[in-house]
Amino acid sequence: MGCPNADAGGNGTGDGNVSNPEIRLSPIPESRRTWRGALNRFAPALGLVMVFGLFAALGPPSFSSSHNLETIARQTAIVGIAALGMTLVIILGGIDLSVGSIVALGTVVIAGSLQAGVNPVVAALAGIVVGAACGLVNGFLITRLRVVPFIVTLGTLLVVRGAAKGFAHEQKIDAPLTWLNELLAALSPEQSWRLAPAGVWIMGVLALLVAVMLYYTKLGRHIFAIGSNEQTARLCGVAVNRVKVIVYTISAGFAGMAGLMQFSRLTVGDPTVAVGLELDVIAAVVIGGGSLSGGEGSILGSIVGALIMTVIRSGCSQMGLPNWVQEIVTGSIIVVAVALDRLRSRMHAGA
Amino acid sequence: MHRLSMRGIRKTFRGTVALDGVDFSVASGEVHALVGENGAGKSTLMKVLSGAMGADDGLMELEGSPYRPRNAHDARQAGVAMIYQELSLANHLSVQENIMLGVEPTSRGFIQRQKERQRTEEALAQLGHADISPDARVGSLSVASRQIVEIARALATGCRVLVLDEPTSSLSLHDTERLFIIVHRLREQGHAIIYISHFIEEVKRVAENFTVLRDGRTVGGGRTDEYSVDDIVSLMIGRQIEQLYPRSQRIPGEALLEVQNLAGIPKPHTASFTLHRGEILGIAGLIGAGRTELLRALFGLAPIRSGSVKLAVYSGPASPQERWNQGAGFLSEDRSGEGLAVSLNITDNIMMNLRKEAGPLGLLFPSRHDAISSQWIARLGIRCWGPRQSVRDLSGGNQQKVAISRLLHQDVDILLLDEPTRGIDVGSKSQIYELINQLATGDQGTGHKPKGILMVSSYLPELLGMCDRIAVMHRGVLSPPRPVHEWDAQTLMLEAMGQGMAT
Repeated sequence: MGCPNADAGGNGTGDGNVSNPEIRLSPIPESRRTWRGALNRFAPALGLVMVFGLFAALGPPSFSSSHNLETIARQTAIVGIAALGMTLVIILGGIDLSVGSIVALGTVVIAGSLQAGVNPVVAALAGIVVGAACGLVNGFLITRLRVVPFIVTLGTLLVVRGAAKGFAHEQKIDAPLTWLNELLAALSPEQSWRLAPAGVWIMGVLALLVAVMLYYTKLGRHIFAIGSNEQTARLCGVAVNRVKVIVYTISAGFAGMAGLMQFSRLTVGDPTVAVGLELDVIAAVVIGGGSLSGGEGSILGSIVGALIMTVIRSGCSQMGLPNWVQEIVTGSIIVVAVALDRLRSRMHAGA
Repeated sequence: MHRLSMRGIRKTFRGTVALDGVDFSVASGEVHALVGENGAGKSTLMKVLSGAMGADDGLMELEGSPYRPRNAHDARQAGVAMIYQELSLANHLSVQENIMLGVEPTSRGFIQRQKERQRTEEALAQLGHADISPDARVGSLSVASRQIVEIARALATGCRVLVLDEPTSSLSLHDTERLFIIVHRLREQGHAIIYISHFIEEVKRVAENFTVLRDGRTVGGGRTDEYSVDDIVSLMIGRQIEQLYPRSQRIPGEALLEVQNLAGIPKPHTASFTLHRGEILGIAGLIGAGRTELLRALFGLAPIRSGSVKLAVYSGPASPQERWNQGAGFLSEDRSGEGLAVSLNITDNIMMNLRKEAGPLGLLFPSRHDAISSQWIARLGIRCWGPRQSVRDLSGGNQQKVAISRLLHQDVDILLLDEPTRGIDVGSKSQIYELINQLATGDQGTGHKPKGILMVSSYLPELLGMCDRIAVMHRGVLSPPRPVHEWDAQTLMLEAMGQGMAT
């Protein structure tokens, strides 16, 4: 018997009348739990404030300028958008390693379409749809062949990267300049009323939509259920395979969207871009409280996780620290964040 | 002379007294049962004994000298071995590697396989199970054999006090008998054994003495042959249970579930029966006979090879999703592995089906769900601080009530219950029996129609006490159901072992 129910049960054992199983609700010693719950929920945000505060105090004054804040937001958009999909995959108890390759394929498809004279809107959609199609393949392979997601997406990581290189004949694809390139462009002074470029706003709106989906729809609830215990979900009649295919498709669709943002920054289609991006994306989700064993994770947390990584990068470079220092700091943050998370949940379970 | 004695053990958690001066002792050559409801303090006492937790106060002596383990390793070194319900073996290693794990005899850093083999064989022979091969992979053994390996490991490490925590909860009748023989042998060999069990009949058979814990105190004990089962249960719950198995007047109605020559892959081979509204049909049998597989096949969780299933007006196989829609619900025997998503909260678990809860635009309203689950919490007396409490933190009995709430919330007509009271305390058991009885009886006043209940259980008194008819599964073949008054424990057991009159 775990101690958690010992306190609820202390008053109980004798007072239930056997022939009448109606028992009062025990009084709710909830205050401490909600306080702790709130702390858990906002721990990543607290981490962001601390990291930001550290650089604001130690770094040059330009670090906390509004210009730099905008830059940080812009630099977060690519990882942030991909992290929306990855959050779903990780809550589901899966993993998607093909994200970086899909981003590269996305830039190539968009650039190729623009070069062929296609309308920018159609080109952007093409990138996203091609990305989603990769995810559909991932989903089908995972559910039909019953191969673990790690292996399937490791395979598609290579396949998609190869496809991108083949499609682009192993070189960058130049594209005519369109408004797509402004999605993540720095704002000019007269645009400053927009606060941030369109790409950042798109990330925000998508995050909100995904969060609503996750907490207020059946699909979202089923994603949590499968990640927590797939057997139970199946027993309850959840269409487990369908949900998985949908989630991998959404994830890859977001990777395609991240490809659009990547293209916007590069202005060319580059099949060799975003190598290893999936690791940044996974790191963002994990820093934000996602558990690789499934059932846990939050959209807000993942966005905050992506921001933390950008803030470290930005702060280190503004302080003139070399690249290798950033990498060591980022790596340490990932391990510390997850270790703290484990410690918290152990305290929660043991208290 | 006591092998182990514990005196005045006290332990508090955040102001809650879990142990309030417990006295307990066991001598060599003695099997001493420790009984009590969940929450009575048995597990806490054993955690103190095994070093997983320090006591706030009290004395422990092992063979006359003070015993104060700081961690589980200390306790093992001192010779206190615990065999838990969830066995702690490395499934990928061999029997020998498991038994010698951590005590490998070495010479200049190399493992002495010869010596290992010898000690492994000695330990297995001591238990009378030289038939288990030291080279077999533990993962390939049955649960019962794994348990024997675990006991052999305790012996090989030189244990002086052996604690068996609910050792028979996942064993079949036959394996339970084997275990009793082993316990008997160990006692003859002069081991001191602490036996923890919910099954009082079992305690009376296997142990000479017993001690009852209630609310963290020792409330009684003595020789098991001087007390009746009812006496011991009364001590455990601190009140009289007039009737553990309630049985209202049940009137069987129309057929809800008709099964003809059903065969699954690989089991059952053949099963035919009809379940009516307003009756409880029990299925007895040994573990592995194909009872669980029958329920799973009916519910669409396992494939059907041949035969027909007619559920109300629907015939043919169906997915779990369709079964819920057709008015059937399934309660898994594997509560934490399949029945519940333990990391989610009570509401999420009760509402997991989400068949009819979505509002406009398919949006869900968590607060509305919490309100609904609060009603179930109140109706079934689930002990928790609220609908958002994680199911992991509930006791076994309360977890089972959550799993049952899911079926009730879906308001299904047919309940497929697989081991509905496994591993839960007597208090919760009697509440669940009462609930099952109510469901089978229905309620004219509130217009709740009686339901049809198919119940698989390995616990014979429960089947005999609750069911209207009982069928027995033997090696995948289900006998025709017969009225409960034509059965007793003896005939059920014989039938389950294939020596009954029907075969």
